[in-house]
Amino acid sequence: MNSTKRHKQRKVLLMGKSGAGKSSMRSIVFSNYVAKDVRRLGATIDVEHSNIKFMGNLMLNLWDCGGQDGFVDNYLTSQRTYVFGSVAVLIFVFDIESREFAADVVSYSNIIRALSENSPSAKVFCLIHKMDLVQSRLRAQLFEERAAYIKSASEGFAETVEFFATSIWDQSLYKAWTQIIYQLIPNAGAIESLLNELAEIIDARELILYERTTCLMVTHVTRVAETSNPFIDRFERISSILKTHKQSMARHTGIPAGSANFASLQIKTGRFMFFITRLTENTNLAASIPASEQVFNSARVNIMLVRPKFAELDIAAKTRPAIQQAFAHSADSEGAPSRERERERERERKGDVFGDENGNGSYRGKGKEREVHAFGGEFED
Amino acid sequence: MEDLHHAETPATDIPPRFHTGRLPNSKSGDGKPRLLLMGQRRSGKSSISSVVFHKLAPSETLYLETTTHIKKESMHSFMDFQVWDFPGHLDYFDPIIDTENIFQEIGALIWVIDAQDEYLDAIQRLNTTILNLHHTYPTINVEVFVHKVDGLSDDYKSDTFRDISQRVQDELADHGYDNAPVSFYSTSIYDHSIFEAFSKVIQKLIPQLPALENLLNNLCQTCRVEKAYLFDIMSKIYIATDTSPTDIASYEVCSDYIDTVIDISEIYGWDRPAEDGSAELLETGNDDAESLVVFERKGSHYLYLREINKYLALVCIMNDEGPGEKKALLDYDVRRFQEGLKEMFPRTDRDVPPTEGAASGQPSG
Ligand SMILES: Nc1nc2c(ncn2[C@@H]2O[C@H](COP(=O)(O)OP(=O)(O)OP(=O)(O)O)[C@@H](O)[C@H]2O)c(=O)[nH]1
Ligand SMILES: Nc1nc2c(ncn2[C@@H]2O[C@H](COP(=O)(O)OP(=O)(O)OP(=O)(O)O)[C@@H](O)[C@H]2O)c(=O)[nH]1
Ligand SMILES: [Mg+2]
Ligand SMILES: [Mg+2]
Repeated sequence: MNSTKRHKQRKVLLMGKSGAGKSSMRSIVFSNYVAKDVRRLGATIDVEHSNIKFMGNLMLNLWDCGGQDGFVDNYLTSQRTYVFGSVAVLIFVFDIESREFAADVVSYSNIIRALSENSPSAKVFCLIHKMDLVQSRLRAQLFEERAAYIKSASEGFAETVEFFATSIWDQSLYKAWTQIIYQLIPNAGAIESLLNELAEIIDARELILYERTTCLMVTHVTRVAETSNPFIDRFERISSILKTHKQSMARHTGIPAGSANFASLQIKTGRFMFFITRLTENTNLAASIPASEQVFNSARVNIMLVRPKFAELDIAAKTRPAIQQAFAHSADSEGAPSRERERERERERKGDVFGDENGNGSYRGKGKEREVHAFGGEFED
Repeated sequence: MEDLHHAETPATDIPPRFHTGRLPNSKSGDGKPRLLLMGQRRSGKSSISSVVFHKLAPSETLYLETTTHIKKESMHSFMDFQVWDFPGHLDYFDPIIDTENIFQEIGALIWVIDAQDEYLDAIQRLNTTILNLHHTYPTINVEVFVHKVDGLSDDYKSDTFRDISQRVQDELADHGYDNAPVSFYSTSIYDHSIFEAFSKVIQKLIPQLPALENLLNNLCQTCRVEKAYLFDIMSKIYIATDTSPTDIASYEVCSDYIDTVIDISEIYGWDRPAEDGSAELLETGNDDAESLVVFERKGSHYLYLREINKYLALVCIMNDEGPGEKKALLDYDVRRFQEGLKEMFPRTDRDVPPTEGAASGQPSG
């Protein structure tokens, strides 16, 4: 596959004073550290670069910039254009415990100025970090105050800068990073409309698309039945739950947390059914559906059928024609799921998207036997 | 039914008192085992009780205040029991204190020793307590938690553990009390060890344990399950496992898995308006939760969970052999397991017991 040259490289600067917690959050979100491990991290020397392939079409180019004064001076002087050129996002981390908040903001202003000269269209996120160290009843107010003050020092970015209160000890970190990532996804709209169609077809209450390594949500669609779900923080909660699960599995099996991925997870109860399955190379799909075996089985099959569509979107980063047609036909086909997928690929190569010649019988609404079958197919990947 | 017949002959040699359905030393016998948490001040008693039974985050125990009077709590689960958290500074045999009231109906005396601290006094006090109780209540299980081992290096940890257990046994022997029924566990609230220790303590109080183990062994054999745990969902104590060797790693992964399922179920199991209907609920046939995780790499494990009743969940670790077919088999056998269990613990299920005193009565032999 020649997908590499189609990657959108997105440069993300992670800045803030030394000890603010930049490398800590990077290790937790992107390198599967658990919160209590970050104490072992040393101060960052100069800049640590990491490339994270987020979705097929999005490559994060993360610059974790050591925050000691000497380094910062260099960024602002001799390395100014090198560091601040072609930046997509600046994430500035403020340590809530810092005794020199005013000085931190001065340093922030200097950086903002360098950014507006070199990358005026960049997006700025300020994370007010280590919120766990503040008593919970004081958190909201302190956050508002700090955010207002920082905003007033944000010059050209004052209108667009966004603030998050974060801590490595809870899901707030995932909330912030989910928003940041969303900003960077080049074709979020196209992904969402595809997801929307899929949700309609399989009668899902909610679909969540997330990246497999970080467990960060890419996007979600929520349909009527789920819109009044009282857990409005559920997306970051799910990220955090899945990440914890991954780490637990890694500890148990001895495989690195980075590769401790599941092929599928399912939960069935009398109130809802939920499953997670692989969607593309870097993403999984989590689906909440009504408590019905019928819906469950047909959902799994339909997702399997739509995978190539998402894979394509992943690479080409351009919208494709509607997929309804694909479902209508494929739902009538018979045969082992994996073979079916082979044939789909074949047809696609010929330009005949999902046409079906020998269609009889239906995947939809089959009972337990089918489910088992779908499972086996899942495992062959 | 065959299982059950089998189950009534205990595999291990448990003294008959365990089969009365009552506890040792029980007088009035309301059948609620009592777990006493005793030990020096700041040894970690209240922390243990809060972390295990109230899901307090371990780091939050830093803010617990010292206990000033005996704190009694009732736990309602697959079986009811009480946890009594004692103040560390209390002299447990002060004549003002009604020892009889304390030690009757006791299930276990859990003695907590801070392994990061000087422990000679603690041992001294523990031995005095054991010797005092020995005469009046000879059958009490004494469970020693060598606690806060998270702060210790592995070597130091095992040395301390050995030293403490040696000293306790030696001193008791010096007082003419050989082979005292004292067990030792190394524990910490910062990992799963405290839950494992509690599991073992509680298991000693379950009269049906051998029968349960039998049921689980059968399940493992027929479905080629590697390891099966029966969990108390609320506390994540396991009340039984099959008799193959247990290692803490497999307990951990199963326990974490319960968390995953519970957390997700909380999010999507909210009380939704009836719109997508009761018809579907009927269709699924049950509302016991079940879950399955399949891992990506061949040769690695996968996990299966099934809610057995309001309190209990079965969690199995299996390895890679066509999970699909196996799941169907497993579903079937788990249903049989569920039936067996229902007869063993009639009162824990939402259903009315089919016949009275089906299982937990006096053994025939
Ligand atoms: N309480 C608390 N401590 C945190 C949090 N995040 C990070 N820390 C602590 O902050 C310390 C410094 O974290 P680092 O991530 O190394 O800081 P940094 O911003 O990368 O520092 P430089 O590399 O020198 O610029 C670590 O010891 C972390 O334990 C948080 O959310 N809460
Ligand atoms: N490192 C570590 N600290 C623990 C552990 N368990 C408890 N602690 C700490 O020990 C301290 C005392 O805990 P408590 O639970 O209040 O002790 P206690 O035995 O109830 O004390 P009294 O009520 O005064 O008898 C707290 O600061 C806990 O955070 C553990 O497993 N490891
Ligand atoms: Mg750093
Ligand atoms: Mg206490």
